[in-house]
Amino acid sequence: MKKITTLALAALTAATILTGCTQKTAGTVSTDGSTSMEKVIGALGESFQEQNEGAAFTYNPTGSGSGIQAVMEGRCDIGLSSRELKEEEASQGLTATVLAYDGIAVIVNPENPVADLDTETIAKLYTGEIENWKDAGGNDAPVVLIGREAGSGTRDGFESITGTEEKCQYRQELTSTGDVITAVAQNPDAIGYASLASVKDSVRAITVNGVAPTEDTVKDGSYVIQRPFILVTKTGEELSETAQAFFDFATSADAAPLISGAGAVPAN
Amino acid sequence: MENIQTSRAQLRRRPRVCRQFTERFFHGLFLMLGLVTVGCVLLITIFLVLSGIPAIRDIGLFDFLLGDTWESTAQDPKFGILPFILTSVYGTAGATLFGVPVGFFTAVYLAKLAPLRVKSVVGSAVSLLAGIPSVVYGLVGMLILVPGIRTLFHVPDGASLLAAIIVLAVMILPSIIKVSVTALEAVPHEYEEASLALGATPVETYFKVTAPAAKSGIAAAVVLGVGRAIGEAMAVMMVSGNVPNMPSIFGSVRFLTTAVASEMSYSSPGSLQREALFSIALVLYLFILLINAALNFFLKRSKEG
Repeated sequence: MKKITTLALAALTAATILTGCTQKTAGTVSTDGSTSMEKVIGALGESFQEQNEGAAFTYNPTGSGSGIQAVMEGRCDIGLSSRELKEEEASQGLTATVLAYDGIAVIVNPENPVADLDTETIAKLYTGEIENWKDAGGNDAPVVLIGREAGSGTRDGFESITGTEEKCQYRQELTSTGDVITAVAQNPDAIGYASLASVKDSVRAITVNGVAPTEDTVKDGSYVIQRPFILVTKTGEELSETAQAFFDFATSADAAPLISGAGAVPAN
Repeated sequence: MENIQTSRAQLRRRPRVCRQFTERFFHGLFLMLGLVTVGCVLLITIFLVLSGIPAIRDIGLFDFLLGDTWESTAQDPKFGILPFILTSVYGTAGATLFGVPVGFFTAVYLAKLAPLRVKSVVGSAVSLLAGIPSVVYGLVGMLILVPGIRTLFHVPDGASLLAAIIVLAVMILPSIIKVSVTALEAVPHEYEEASLALGATPVETYFKVTAPAAKSGIAAAVVLGVGRAIGEAMAVMMVSGNVPNMPSIFGSVRFLTTAVASEMSYSSPGSLQREALFSIALVLYLFILLINAALNFFLKRSKEG
């Protein structure tokens, strides 16, 4: 019993600390949601605080689903989602405003000779139809598929764009972009996907249908594996003055360089 | 005599009125603080049962516990958690298999054989091991163990049940060692002296006299280790691959804990997926209750013995 009680107490403390974003108060903007949007929203928040002295900006990286729930329950001003709202979410009085687009890069280990794949081949790799790299123009080695956990915005985006929903034969389902990059960097036969903004030198992003994932190709739509970054607000409910100011700033042309700087492609 | 006693008692009582009040006040305060803990346990239990039951009812107890497919986000979702249950059981059993012998022999050495200086060095190393956050275990596992298993066993990818077992085995060492050492040191010296006087060597004595005399305490140590292993989420999430397959030693697997942790943040509120995650948590909670019951049983026995 002693063990349980200690555990329970620890859990409760943790729960109190980790619960959602802070209460709405004048002069603060609280955002909550997608972990993929961390860089973009971090850059925007920092700049917003610099411009508006005394304004407090908070961001709670909980995941798209949690962020949408938080805004629905009024626990934060603006929810952040890296996927389109689901029907059942949109029907509960939420408005989605596209802030930016994020390219999802398909990444391989730098030792892997494969440089280009078309969407069809990527789909075949991920559904397990192609099990050996030699059938995709690579070495004679088994394909190790790395992906994200069910419900992740990146996974949603990747699977819906490549048409592989529910069919992916993952070898590893990891819970963060960083873990995916680490796993691919560790294994010469691995293939994974990650936000373009987070791709590091330890892995190599391949070209898809001959198009390299860059800001320009994501923006003009020629790079096909991409998804929106969305600001979620309650329909018909006014934001607090500060939150509205942040919203306007984030969607203005002034914010575009910050968004590009964070690796995403601004929508406005 | 009686008169003297009563008058003494009266004398004592008078200045004590105030003291008694503070005494009572603190008594009540501590009771309330104690009840906070009990309240938390009750709250969590009630919450878990209430939020865990609906999904089990929806899915069906047998389909839930014995279903071998988990596809929570599919168009036609399937919620079978048998792979998670088996993985957690196998993973914990495997970790115990590796961790217990190492932990037990270390404990015997530390409690009986080690010179004082070695004991203090090893002892603090063990304490340090207990204090390392699980995410660090996970990270080291991910960067060293996973690629290591890949090259050593020539498998396509090293993230597997084996990697998780090894990480868990190391993680449960401190609890096993510390509790076992305490149990071994509590054995009365007379037992050992008697054995030595009869001509047994020290090592014979430790394994044939001391260890059997401390067996309840050592069993408690093992159960404590099992409890830690089954409840660990972060470290195994990073090394086990996290795919809901039926467990196999080099296969990518998902534990009960990681099943809850990895999908919770993305499940939409009120959906069957989220409710099913609470049900998994309930199953895990029942496992931990069982383990704690076993722990209590052994601890009681070790006190009586």
